[in-house]
Parts: sequence; structure tokens; C-alpha cells
Amino acid sequence: MELVSSHLPALQIVIPLLGGLLAALLRRGVPAFALTLAVSWIMPVISAVLLDRVLTGGPISYALGGWPPPWGIEYRVDVLNGFVLMLISTIGAVIVPFARRSVALEVGERREAWFYCMYLMCLTGLLGVTITGDAFNAFVFLEVSSLSTYVLIALGRDRRALVAAFRYLIMGTIGATFYVIGVGFLYLLTGSLNMVDMAARLAAAPPEMARAMVAALAFLTVGISLKLALFPLHSWLPGAYAYAPSWATVFLSATATKVAIYLLVRFLFSIFGIALDFRGLPIVEILLALSIAAMFIASIIAVYQNNLKRMLAYSSLAQIGYMMLGIGIGNLAGLTGGLVHLVNHAMMKAALFLALGSLFYRIGTVRLAEIAGIGRKMPLTMGAFVVAGLGIIGTPGTAGFISKWYLAVGALDRGWWILVFLLVVSSLISVLYIGRVIEMAWFRPVAIQVAEAKDPPLSMLLPLLILAAATVYFGIDTRLTAGIAAQVAEFLLGGLR
Amino acid sequence: MMALSPDSLAQIAVLAPFIGALLIPLFHRVPNLREAVTLATAAVLLFTVIQLLPVVMQGLRPGATLIDVVPGLAIAFRVEPLGMLFALIASALWVVNSIYSIGYMRAHDEPRQTSFYTCFAIALGSTMGIAFADNLFTLFLFYEALTLCTFPLVTHKQTAEAMRAGRLYLLLLLGTSMVLLLPAIIATWFIAGTIDFTPGGILAGKASPLAIGILLALYAFGIGKAALMPVHFWLPAAMVAPTPVSALLHAVAVVKAGVFSVVKVVVYVFGLETLTLSGANEWLVYVGSASLLLASLIALTRDNLKARLAFSTISQLAYVVVGAALAGPAGVIGSGLQIATHAAGKITLFFCAGAIYVASNKTEISQMAGLGRKMPITMIAFLVGSLSIIGLPPFGGMWSKWALVLGALDAGYVLVVVVLMVSSLLNVAYLLPIVARAFFLPPPVEHEAHGEHGEHGVHHGQHAGVGARFGLQEAPVACLIALSTTALLCFLLFFQADRIELLLQGMFTVSS
Amino acid sequence: MEAFLDFADRYNYVITIFLMIAGLYIVVARSNMVKKLVGLSIFQTSVYLLYLEPAKIVGGTAPIIDPAFTVYSNPLPHVLILTAIVVGVGTLALGLALVVRINEAFGTIDDDEIKPQDGG
Repeated sequence: MELVSSHLPALQIVIPLLGGLLAALLRRGVPAFALTLAVSWIMPVISAVLLDRVLTGGPISYALGGWPPPWGIEYRVDVLNGFVLMLISTIGAVIVPFARRSVALEVGERREAWFYCMYLMCLTGLLGVTITGDAFNAFVFLEVSSLSTYVLIALGRDRRALVAAFRYLIMGTIGATFYVIGVGFLYLLTGSLNMVDMAARLAAAPPEMARAMVAALAFLTVGISLKLALFPLHSWLPGAYAYAPSWATVFLSATATKVAIYLLVRFLFSIFGIALDFRGLPIVEILLALSIAAMFIASIIAVYQNNLKRMLAYSSLAQIGYMMLGIGIGNLAGLTGGLVHLVNHAMMKAALFLALGSLFYRIGTVRLAEIAGIGRKMPLTMGAFVVAGLGIIGTPGTAGFISKWYLAVGALDRGWWILVFLLVVSSLISVLYIGRVIEMAWFRPVAIQVAEAKDPPLSMLLPLLILAAATVYFGIDTRLTAGIAAQVAEFLLGGLR
Repeated sequence: MMALSPDSLAQIAVLAPFIGALLIPLFHRVPNLREAVTLATAAVLLFTVIQLLPVVMQGLRPGATLIDVVPGLAIAFRVEPLGMLFALIASALWVVNSIYSIGYMRAHDEPRQTSFYTCFAIALGSTMGIAFADNLFTLFLFYEALTLCTFPLVTHKQTAEAMRAGRLYLLLLLGTSMVLLLPAIIATWFIAGTIDFTPGGILAGKASPLAIGILLALYAFGIGKAALMPVHFWLPAAMVAPTPVSALLHAVAVVKAGVFSVVKVVVYVFGLETLTLSGANEWLVYVGSASLLLASLIALTRDNLKARLAFSTISQLAYVVVGAALAGPAGVIGSGLQIATHAAGKITLFFCAGAIYVASNKTEISQMAGLGRKMPITMIAFLVGSLSIIGLPPFGGMWSKWALVLGALDAGYVLVVVVLMVSSLLNVAYLLPIVARAFFLPPPVEHEAHGEHGEHGVHHGQHAGVGARFGLQEAPVACLIALSTTALLCFLLFFQADRIELLLQGMFTVSS
Repeated sequence: MEAFLDFADRYNYVITIFLMIAGLYIVVARSNMVKKLVGLSIFQTSVYLLYLEPAKIVGGTAPIIDPAFTVYSNPLPHVLILTAIVVGVGTLALGLALVVRINEAFGTIDDDEIKPQDGG
């Protein structure tokens, strides 16, 4: 037991990695799924133990292979990544039961095992990026997750999935390479790849290094922004989300961009330290401007989409804008809002995409024009869609409101009234695109092609309902979400002083 | 039960209907048990609320904070006199309405009865939440919950017309609350630093008269449930709902939740003094008066009974808004009385409309000639309700009109007094002819035709057979019990008005 | 003259940056997907150079401790780039595999010809 307990940070990565390999060897869908289920359900247990230890006893450092940091690769869990680990593994665990039928239908019996293999690899990569304390190791894990993501997307039924995957591959690789360039600069400057070590050396860096630091920061920010699809570097995302298998979209929308945001937060706050004022680079202004542009432009584009998956993809871009807004605001409340929105958006968007996955499972389409009256045929599915949709809008009583509240408070603490106004207006735009679906699903006469539809089987319905219920629950009891997010924000800002 | 503290009683009052809503679907297959659960829940709720009454009368304000959502935003309850009154009315009328619903829904053999009762219980829980809300955030949450859970009730028939009405209902109520009410609450939070309901208001000295005027407008129109013109469209549309829904929700719980919120915001957020000093309330007095008269005039032109009652409701709600807008204690007390007496009067009228529909399938007033001979009990109750709404003694409605007139004089608005007088005449003009037509006009001959009789004879089977022997064709007994009870209540309220006034005085005398 | 010497001193960086820009340009400017991947590889290769150049110290030797040598090259960037090359090869392989599948599905590997087929 002692052995397991002390190696938990490594197990967080090793278990899904081995699980992925084993899934590929199993070759058949059902055993591969059983394995995936087991692995996905172990992950949150490990994350919870780690997070609990961090919250009570401070950061955990784990020297991989016994090489002590800063020479060896360090896995380091503090509140920030403990929080993100918990998010990713929990979302994975909640949505995994949905995969069985959805993947069997959309990916095909023959390729199921490969799908699960890629999913577990992706999970490995995402958890790895989050847990590692080594900047270059993060790159490797980023590519592990990205390469498996390209495959996941390419497994979609539509041939356009291939093109979407290819485009993502090009953009993602450029992003990752930018990241490596940035890390390379930092290595040249500090002679270290360990994040903690780097941060300490950067803080003590002589002024003549400022230009190189700015260059490093610029490359890192652009590279990671490509990965997290910050407007206007988002062009890969809508296609990728729209044509990937439904379940892959659920997983990616809830986790992949969140990890990229984590990485950016890690570099901006823990490694560079916003207190360095970014050496004259107007990065806060740029981030704010881009987030606001994302909130508005992506939302407006979402209103005009007819493919609902594409619509939600654009909505995700807008929501990424909210998270980045929190980082841009950069004070305690603002950062809390941005961070808590990682969680809140993950569960709301996962619920929405799960609802679409259920629609696709039953009626084979997610086009707006073809779902007239579906609400009366699939009341639980579309009911959950409405609840999660209200969350995206930011209705009080849902999780989405909590995020926006913190963002608004943060903006006001800075005295930026106009930002609060923009927040409200952008929420109203989201009313339009969510409202369009609700209108079509509930207020139109039942169309012939949906007449036979009914709610999906329990294994698909349950994850959806859990997430919808969580959207409401975490809109009321915010101790687990905003409570921890506030601690994280305090930790990040405290590290700056 | 006796050992429970008032604080926990307040929480039980909010939670009880929700627990009922959880239990009702369990007995989906056993209608008798299911209705028993509804009645038991309603009884428990009423009992709990009554327990709270003496406590509040003593000047205590029991309450509790359920949970802190984020720092500064809490879900919290506190029982103050106005909320006490509202909760008392809603819970008492729920008991009566449940009895009526059972008669109506069974006689009509309506589908989806389980979801009907479930949504009803949730609606009542939300109403309790609104009544006892201690801050604007809690109020808003339950306000939205009430909109959402009444939507399935409005669209119960699921016809194209019902769905259209439901859409308007959602769009208008959610729309106004999101676009106007929510920004108003956020603005209040940033101006005052709190959104707790506080005696004397929280905006005193913190906002310019202009800001107060704008905020008041945001609240008055943002609370769409108050049906202040021009955001009243949803109410006539919502009349496609089954009659028990129209009766309890669209004459009592939902609309009263609206005007209750308006009064509460005026008293506990703006503060009467702040409002009077700023002069920002003046426009609302006139807008309310206009709404009051216009709705009465429109009511005159409606032949559909429920539509006429709907516009009458809009007019009567405007009384409450005007009373609050007068921004004086007398006006506010008038508003409170109006909430109570109008509830009793209007629910009686809706019960009667439903009874007429169940017993003779009539919805238009022009068809109701001579109906008084077949349905004497129903039509007498209708007369009682009408007289109370008009404001004649010996019925409760008189006192609320009286108090409002006093309030208007107090605040120096003579014009409002005139408006109230004219409106009472209009009330006479649109309500009494219905009764007169039913009693004094001979029934149309073709109405006796057996074809039509047989058509709905199926619905009320054995009952019609018994009634027919005496030339009577009354609604099911459960309906009759309910409408007689509320008619009696109109009468009793005439003698209880002083106690209600005493209760409401507590809003101003006790500062906690 | 001084500027030229400065340039000559750092000519390796100039080459690196040239490769970097050339690679990125090819990715953006070419619609042929294989050529895009070629550009991507050139871009990645430039980064390998970026890491390796500062690691090599003139006159330094492999970091095997021996009394005969005092100057060693830094081994870490070499190891890192070894990993990066593996990642790069993986990416290229996957990209080419996708191009093969795209060719099967669309009958072309030209991005400009695919767009009109499916509306992006």
C-alpha cells in the first residue's frame, strides 16, 4: 500500500498509458471498453487523493526514476494542477459510460479498440501535461495528447473528419513547435527545464535578459494559444469538433482546451510571474482584447450555424474567451472566475455535446432543421440540454452564473465597468443560439424523421443527467468549484509577491 | 412538531412542496394515493405556515441562510409580514385548489396528471421561496424556477395553440427577467453593496434620483409576472392552461409572486422614504393607473370568460403596483390587502369558470344565458367573487380598495382616487352582466338538445344523471366544495381585514 | 565591417531563422498537403538546430569524464532533440497517413480542391 501511495503521481500517467497499449492489443471493442472504463474510473480516485494531500499538506514533488529535480523530470502537484487533474479525470470518468454505444455506432466495430487506445493515450497526454513539472516533458505529453487527438478526430464517420484532423495536425504542430521554441529560449536563459527552478532563475535574471524573455513569452503564448484555440488562432477547432465522433468531441471539448489554458496560466503566473509586468509587453491588453473579440465574434458566428456540433464548437470558442478574460483581468476574483469557468464550462459543454451525441445516436443527424419537436420525443435528453444551455447563458442558479459573477466582480475591482456591460451583452447573444435550439426542439410540431425517436439507453442518459444536475448543483453549492478555484487564484497571485 | 424552531419552520415551508414533488411521481400508478400525497403536502405546508403566523405577529423575523453561493450571494430565507401574508394565501388556496384540481382533472379525464401535480407542487415550493426570500438573489432564483415549472402546466394540452402560448409565456417572462430584472439586481448590488432585503431600503443616499428612476423601471417591467402593461401579453395567452392552473397560478401564485416582488422591492430595496424623496415613483403611479384602466376596458370587450378574467387580473394587479408606487405605508398596506382579497375573489371566479366548462363545456360569456338555473351554486359563488373584486361590502375586496384610496389621498394623488372609482365602475360593467345573464336571461332552446348533452355527459357520468333529475347540471362535488370555500373566504376576509392590516403594519414598525 | 563580423559570428542562427521562416511559409502558401507536411518538417528541423547550436561548444567533447578533457558539450539539448525528432517523425507519419486517407476519400490531396467539395 505504501508503495502505491508514494507513487501515485506516476501512476496517474502510467495506468492510462499501459491501459492504452493494452486496449490496442485486445483488438475487440467490448474488452477494450471494459478496460477503458476501469482506467477512467481509477483516475479520479488518484486525482482526488493527490488533490486532498495538496490541499492539506502543500505541493507534492515526485522525482521520476529517482533522479532528483532539477536534474531529473519532476512531477509536481500543487493546487493549480491538482485542480486541473481532478477536473480532467472526473469528466473522463463521468462521460465514459456514454462511449460504449455511441462509439460502436459511429466508429464501427472494427476500429473500436483503436479508438479506446487513442482515447487513453490522449488522457495520458493531457494528465501528463498537467502533472509534469518539466517544461520540455510538457511538450512531449502535449504531443502525445495531440497526436492521439488527431486520430480520434479522423475516426469520425464523415470524410470531412479527415480534413479537419489534417488541418488540426498542421496548426497543432505549429503551436507545439512555437512552444518548443519558447522553452528553448527559456532554457538558454536559465539553463533549466524544471518549472520551479526556471521561475526562481527568471526572477533573479539580470535586466539585459529582458529581450530574450519577451521573445520566449511571445513564442509560448502564441504556441499555447494555438492549442487552446484563442481567437483568432481558432480555425482548426470548429471543424475538428463538428466531424469528430460525438463522444470524442465531448471529451475534447471538456478537457483538451482546458489543459492548454492550464499550461498558459502556469507559464504566465507561476513561471514568468505577472509581477514582472511582462517586461513592457502589453500582453494583458492583448489577451483582454482577444478574449472580448472571441466572446462576441464566436458567439455571433454560433448563432448562424445549422450544424449543432459546429454551433457548440463556436460557443466553446466564446467560452474560452471568458476563461482568458479571467486571466487577463488577473486579480483574485477575475482569476477565480476564469479558473472556475474551466470546470463549469467543462461540465456544461460536455452535457451539451452528450445531448447532441444522444440525438445523433437516435436520429442520425444534428442539423437544426431536422430536429423539430425532438423535445417531446426525447424529453430527458433535451431537458438536460436546456439546463446545460441555461448554464452556458449564465442564468443564476446554474454554474455558468458563478463564473460570470466572479468575472464581473473582478472587472469591477479593476474599475472596468464597460467589461461588465460586455459580459452581460455577450450572454444575451448566447441566449440567441441556445434559444434557437430550444425553440426548434420544443416549440415546433414533431417532424416525421424524429417521430420514432426516444431517449437513449441508460448508459448514455445517465452521464448526461449527472452533468446537467451538476450544472445546477454547482450553481448553488460552489465550495468544490469556486472554493478551490479561489484557493488556486490566491496561490497563483501569492506566488507573485 | 411543536419543538421546531421558527427558523426551521421557515425552511420546512419552502422544502415541503419540493419533497411532495419528489413523492408524487412515485405513486404514478395509484391516482388516489397520488392525490393524497398532494393534499397531505398542501396540508403540511398550510400547517407550517400557520405556525409561523403568531411568531411574525410578535415582531420576530425567523429565517435561515441555506447556503452561501459565493461571498455576498446567499440562498437565505426570512419571514417578514408581507411574505407571511403571501405564503399564507398561497398555501391556504393550494389546499382548496388541490381539491378542485382533483374534481376538475378527473371529470375532464385529462392526460399526464402525474406531471401536472408534480409541477404544481414545484410551483408552490417556488412560490414559498419567493415569499420568504431574504435577498434579491434568492428571489430571482425561485422566480425563474416558478416560470420554468409552470411552463409544462401552461402547455398541458400540448396543442399547437398551447405550445404557441407557452412559447410567449416563456419568452416574455424569462426575457424580461434576464434582460431587465437581472441587470437591475446586479446594478443594485454594485450601488448598495448588498442585495439583502432590509427594512428601510438599501439604496438610501447611494443613488441619484435618476438612477433610482431607472432602477425602478427595470424592476417594474423586469418583474414580468406583475403583468404591468405593456408586458402583460403572457397572461391572457397563458389562459390555455387547464382551469386549476389559471386559478391558482395565474390568479394567485404566479401573478401575485410578481406584484409581491414589486412591493417587496419597493419597501425593502428602495425604501419608501428614499423613493418619495427622489420622486422617481411618480411615473410608475401613472403607468400603473393607465394599465389599470386600459386592462379593465379591454376586459369589457372579451367574450371568452377566461380571457375576460385574465384582463381583469391585469387590471387588479395594477392596483397593487399603484399602491406600491404611492410609496407610503398606507398605499403599501393597501397593496398587501389587495394581494389577499383579490386572490380569494379571483380564484373563486376562475373556479366558477372551470366549473362551467366542466359541467356544460361553455367558454364564451354569450353562451351562458340562463346558466344560473342549472348551476345555482356556481353562479352564486361567481356573484360573491365579483362583488369582492368590485369592492362592495360585505366582502374583503372593499377594504383593499378603501386602503388604496386612503393611500392615494395620503400621498396626494387625487387623480388615482378618481382612477380607482372609475375602475370600480368598469369592474361592475364587465363582471355583473355575466351573473345577470346567467340568472335573468332564459337559456337558449337548442342548448337542451340531447346530442350536446350526451357529448360531455360521458365526462361527468353518474353525476349528470343525478343532477338532471332536479334540472341541475352542476360541476363535480370537489369543484363545488372548492369554489364555495373560496367564496366564503371572500366574505370572511371582510371581517379579518384589520388583522391583516395589523400584520402588515409590522413592515414599518419593527426594525430588525 | 563590425556588423559583418557580428553576422559572420552568428551565421548559424541566420540559417536557423531562414529555415524557420521558409518552413512556415511553405505550410501557409502551399495547398498541396504533402508539401505542407514538408514545410512543417523544415520548420521543426529549424528548431532542432536552435537547440543544438548553443549546446555545442567549440573544442568541447562528448560528456564522458576523462582527465584528458576539460571542456564538454552540454548533452541535455541533444537528448531533448532526440525526443523532439521522434515526435516530429510521429507527426509526419500520421500526417502522411491522413493524406493517404484524404486521397482515397476525396481523390485529391490539394486543400483548395477539397474546400469546394464539402464547403470546408
